[in-house]
Amino acid sequence: MSGPVLEACETEAGATGPVLDVRDLEVSFGGVRAVRGLGYHVQAGEVLGIVGESGAGKSAASLAVMGLLPRHAKVSGSVLLHGRQLLGAPEKELAAFRGRTISMVFQDPLSAMTPVYRVGDQIAEAVRVHQRVDRRRAVERAVELLDLVGIPNPSQRARAFPHEFSGGMRQRAMIAMAIANDPDVIICDEPTTALDVTIQAQVLEVLKKAQRETGAAIVLITHDLGVVAGFADRVLVMYAGREAESGSVRDVYRHSRMPYTIGLLGSVPRLDMGRRLPLTPIEGAPPRPSRLPPGCPFEPRCPMAVPACSLSEPPAVEVGPGHRAACLRAREIGQAGVTMPGILAKPEARAVPPAGPVESGAGTAGPGAVAERETGTDGPGAVVERETGTAVPGGPVPAEAVAGPGAAARSPESPRESRAVVLEVSDLVKHHPLMKGAVFRRRVGTVRAVDGIGFDLREGETLGLVGESGCGKTTALMEILELGRPERGRVAVFGRDTATLSPRERLAVRRHLQVVFQDPLASLDPRMTVHDIVAEPLLAHGHRDMGARVRRLLALVGLDAADAARYPQDFSGGQRQRVAIARALALEPRLLVLDEPVSALDVSIQAGVLNLLEDLRRRLGLSYLFVAHDLAVVRHIADRVAVMYLGRIAEIGQVEQVYASPAHPYTQALLSAVPIPDPDKERARRRILLEGDLPSPANPPSGCRFRTRCPKFAALTGALRARCAEEEPEIRPMGGDHGAACHYAEKLGVV
Amino acid sequence: MMTLPEEEFAEVQAEAEHVRVPSRARTVAGRFFRTRQGRLGFALLASLFLLAFLGPLASPWAVTDMDFSAFMQPPSAGHWFGTLQTGTDVYAVTLRGAQKSLLVGLLVAVLSTGVAAVAGSFAGYFLGWTDRTIMWVADLLLVLPAFLILAIMSPLFTSGRWLLFVVMLALFLWMVTSKIVRGMTRSIKEREYIKAARFMGVPSWIIIFRHVIPNLASLLIVDATLNVSAAILTETSLSYFGFGIQPPDVSLGGLIADGSKTALYAPWTFWFAAGGLIITVLSVNLVGDSLRDAFDPGAGGRA
Repeated sequence: MSGPVLEACETEAGATGPVLDVRDLEVSFGGVRAVRGLGYHVQAGEVLGIVGESGAGKSAASLAVMGLLPRHAKVSGSVLLHGRQLLGAPEKELAAFRGRTISMVFQDPLSAMTPVYRVGDQIAEAVRVHQRVDRRRAVERAVELLDLVGIPNPSQRARAFPHEFSGGMRQRAMIAMAIANDPDVIICDEPTTALDVTIQAQVLEVLKKAQRETGAAIVLITHDLGVVAGFADRVLVMYAGREAESGSVRDVYRHSRMPYTIGLLGSVPRLDMGRRLPLTPIEGAPPRPSRLPPGCPFEPRCPMAVPACSLSEPPAVEVGPGHRAACLRAREIGQAGVTMPGILAKPEARAVPPAGPVESGAGTAGPGAVAERETGTDGPGAVVERETGTAVPGGPVPAEAVAGPGAAARSPESPRESRAVVLEVSDLVKHHPLMKGAVFRRRVGTVRAVDGIGFDLREGETLGLVGESGCGKTTALMEILELGRPERGRVAVFGRDTATLSPRERLAVRRHLQVVFQDPLASLDPRMTVHDIVAEPLLAHGHRDMGARVRRLLALVGLDAADAARYPQDFSGGQRQRVAIARALALEPRLLVLDEPVSALDVSIQAGVLNLLEDLRRRLGLSYLFVAHDLAVVRHIADRVAVMYLGRIAEIGQVEQVYASPAHPYTQALLSAVPIPDPDKERARRRILLEGDLPSPANPPSGCRFRTRCPKFAALTGALRARCAEEEPEIRPMGGDHGAACHYAEKLGVV
Repeated sequence: MMTLPEEEFAEVQAEAEHVRVPSRARTVAGRFFRTRQGRLGFALLASLFLLAFLGPLASPWAVTDMDFSAFMQPPSAGHWFGTLQTGTDVYAVTLRGAQKSLLVGLLVAVLSTGVAAVAGSFAGYFLGWTDRTIMWVADLLLVLPAFLILAIMSPLFTSGRWLLFVVMLALFLWMVTSKIVRGMTRSIKEREYIKAARFMGVPSWIIIFRHVIPNLASLLIVDATLNVSAAILTETSLSYFGFGIQPPDVSLGGLIADGSKTALYAPWTFWFAAGGLIITVLSVNLVGDSLRDAFDPGAGGRA
């Protein structure tokens, strides 16, 4: 939505008054205050974005508005819907409102729909609850609604069950249900969080359309600052159950007055900015609602805190027209015109406290980083060997496996071609058989999870492997990590073909190839202390006296030595991921495989982990194979990127090249779908929307796999088009080491 | 670069020296004794053991003694728990029975749960031929009539070869649990920490003992607790028919079987043995419960 429309909405709404007006909302669960005095209002046709990290009270607040909280939750304050008080209203009255005047879209559309009823019937039911229409008319209306939200063949799909829908289609059906009765307010609780970016773009488009059709006010709850930037008119930033800052999207993003907002914006990796800018993480973790500090809840993490901050909690005050911030120094921040990195330089420097001199250079831009690089030139390979020699007394390791790269290739800053190849994958294939039958199991098909991919990774380099869920990136990773004989193709780690390794050699390779998984809680054994977890790889490779070494590793990732006696569940997400990284570094690997290492973390925490990874890579001369679905994160951390689609690599090349001028239509669509947390830029972008969902990898389209969704294919005719359907494109060079697997690849800027 | 500067670590080390990381066994023991239930259970079980093994020393009567001046007498100063029809002292004979029952119960439980854990987790972890072989053995043992075989073998258990009895009893108790363990192992195997360990190069059998079995601790402890009762009760029912622990050894089961005939008019012949059995099972359950909580680090904060 553009500026003028926004203003028009505001003036119009000003005349009618807010549709939904929430004041002093308090929610507490057994004495723990999840929401503390929240207030907001939305006008008809307006989109209010509520952003905050997990635990900020966003969802509790919206459920309280809907009256859907469990009985033991205590709710007070006032929720006015068209001037009618909802809090404390009898259940019958609430039920009349719910679904008709105010409706909700949930994060997980699978659990929000009843699995045993057909989708169309569920929507029809929503219609019939509030409107006096007969069954046939309701079903017709359901089909209309499904058509409206862009479900192909709506009359046929209405008879499908929820599990037959893909995630994106389910979310569309949820939206159809939410708008079934032409509501005045739609509350969307993380509507696109569980979806891939291209699907997210589709669903947001549907939501916009739904809003146009119904003229409803939308409350969009999300943690994604990019989505808010592109979709909302006003934004409310929540922290520790309260309003931290609110105002028009442009004011809040451009002229943030609360250090938390500034920190949040500074910690998001940006698709439109290169890696050389380090992120500014916010130090520490959000406070627990049960143990709030007496003063400003952000004070312990705030780089601008003054003694007065810890005395009492500042209320949100007006700092500009329609712009409120809950900070004592909000006016100062506005006047001084301080820039983001300027403010948050302080936590940056003390982000990783225990390890003095080296850490001070960690992640900071400019002189520190340069100095680091200079000290870094004495060569990672050499240190690996030296360290291995001292650390394993009498533990002979096959020399070939640990042999460092050639002397010429030691500096990570030397040109790519001259550096040693750490990992080489060519024509890798992994097919899963699709079996059917309980007694007589027979093969009914093949899931082509990975279908011939190839790339190489050099010393000191980071390769990002990106793609949407189901594209085979994790399967590819597991195939590499198995160090076995692949179904087809070749995997060579440190120049050694994995198919020919003996068990002993494989073990030797393993010590230089380590992995960090996505969910740190799942990848750390809950029954082991952090010490045992970090010591495990050491033990496996025959080290003795691990105490000191474990402490060193913990210090390296910014944890205290005292943390060694604690269990993974005593830590926050970011700290757990640090433990996982410490474990991966225990054996001083040369290649670290990272499987979505930050996607389970909140943005402010994610920034700290990303900075740590970047810093470790530089200091320890590591190579990373970084698998992610978040393109902005990959842009931030990777040197090269490989975009996967349906088991094949669509495009590969230097990050700068691929992001600045993607050549494959899929990459273009993918990049254009990623929201940028900058309202002006985001609104000015042209989005390439993809049709439909990812085809099943069990039955990929003939020829080019992407052609069923390809905007370029749709525009082609005749023989040109036939080529896409018949001939599978190979990766063709597009200049330098940039390559795209498209017959008609053309460079196009989309970011 | 790989090694951070030494002075940096000297400092870290100095402050960290006194942070001792307790081993897993110590942590579990600590947590176990912090709960009242755990202490109570342990105290009960320990006192039962003490009573069973040291108690006979306090009494003037031995198991083999018969007091021909007191047949079927209620408890008195001379015979603390009364006497049986034969003039045997109930105190002496109950404690003797308790010795065997405690040993049989605990040993059978530990043995059968141990076999179940190892067999099930190996089958579930390796799958393929290991799985097929182990599960074939388990299925075979499941279809064999355990009671009949034990009854037939009972002559072998005479003259103090009760350990053989323990082994045989355990052999027929592990199969069902091993199948549950196998199923759970298959799901645990997919967890990322197992994959992480595998990719670290940790050998499979160490992964099983370090990650898989500890994470099945709750199940295994509950199972072992139940198996204690099951073993004592199986032994009891075998003894009832004259199999099981063979004379001159006695067990609580045998005593309960004998006592049940006279329980109505001479309750002391029955209740002391039955009470002993109840307290044994109760204390084992208490210990098992608190052990399960102690193994679960999530419960640590709440306990």
